[in-house]
Amino acid sequence: MHPQFTKNKKMNNYETVFIATPVLSDAQIKEVLGKFQGIITENGGQILNTEEWGLKKLEYPIQKKSTGFYFLVEFTAEGGVIETLETQYRRDERVIRFLTFRQDKDAIEYSAKRRAKLAGKAHEAAAPAAPTKPAEVEEPVKTEEE
Amino acid sequence: MAAPQQQSEIRYLNPLSVDVKKKKYCRFKKLGIKYVDYKDAEFLKKFLNEQGKILPRRLTGTSQKFQKKVAQAVKRARHLALLPFVTDMMK
Repeated sequence: MHPQFTKNKKMNNYETVFIATPVLSDAQIKEVLGKFQGIITENGGQILNTEEWGLKKLEYPIQKKSTGFYFLVEFTAEGGVIETLETQYRRDERVIRFLTFRQDKDAIEYSAKRRAKLAGKAHEAAAPAAPTKPAEVEEPVKTEEE
Repeated sequence: MAAPQQQSEIRYLNPLSVDVKKKKYCRFKKLGIKYVDYKDAEFLKKFLNEQGKILPRRLTGTSQKFQKKVAQAVKRARHLALLPFVTDMMK
């Protein structure tokens, strides 16, 4: 059912949120997001969902900044990837805060629903007279071994 | 029935059960919510007092299972600056 159970390796679903500094330009923001998505995929992870929450006001200042760009990435990977990812977060000065955790079964269910809902909304916004085809939520997962 | 009580010095040994206490319930069990989302700050504010502290479950009625999850979600939200650690007059 879930793609995390491939051969021998224990894959988990993870969710990571990071806040980038508000001083970046649009191109730089794309680059930061691309960089961390790259780190996940290069280490054998598979990205399920990416959300940009945009510039949000922080409830308390972080590094004397009162706003930040929020990004959410959901992915499946082996546990070792997390260490690499978080090291990169710490080294990158553009990231002012991050949070990564493993999704338990309720969280997986919840986030799948949430993705479907968001995809449905985006679908409606893109094409109001959408056909009955369900919104693309999950891309078909292909593995090289099979 | 009220007259003899007014005459005596000790009027009421037990408080009169005028207002029937509303039974508290766990809103997660009632609504069938399984996962407490840290992203939804507005929802989590229902479990905080105006200083931003987590309310005890004896006040909110949340079951122990979900109080733990609420606490976890609030702490995640705080870390991501979606909720404040300390504040005043939040509501």
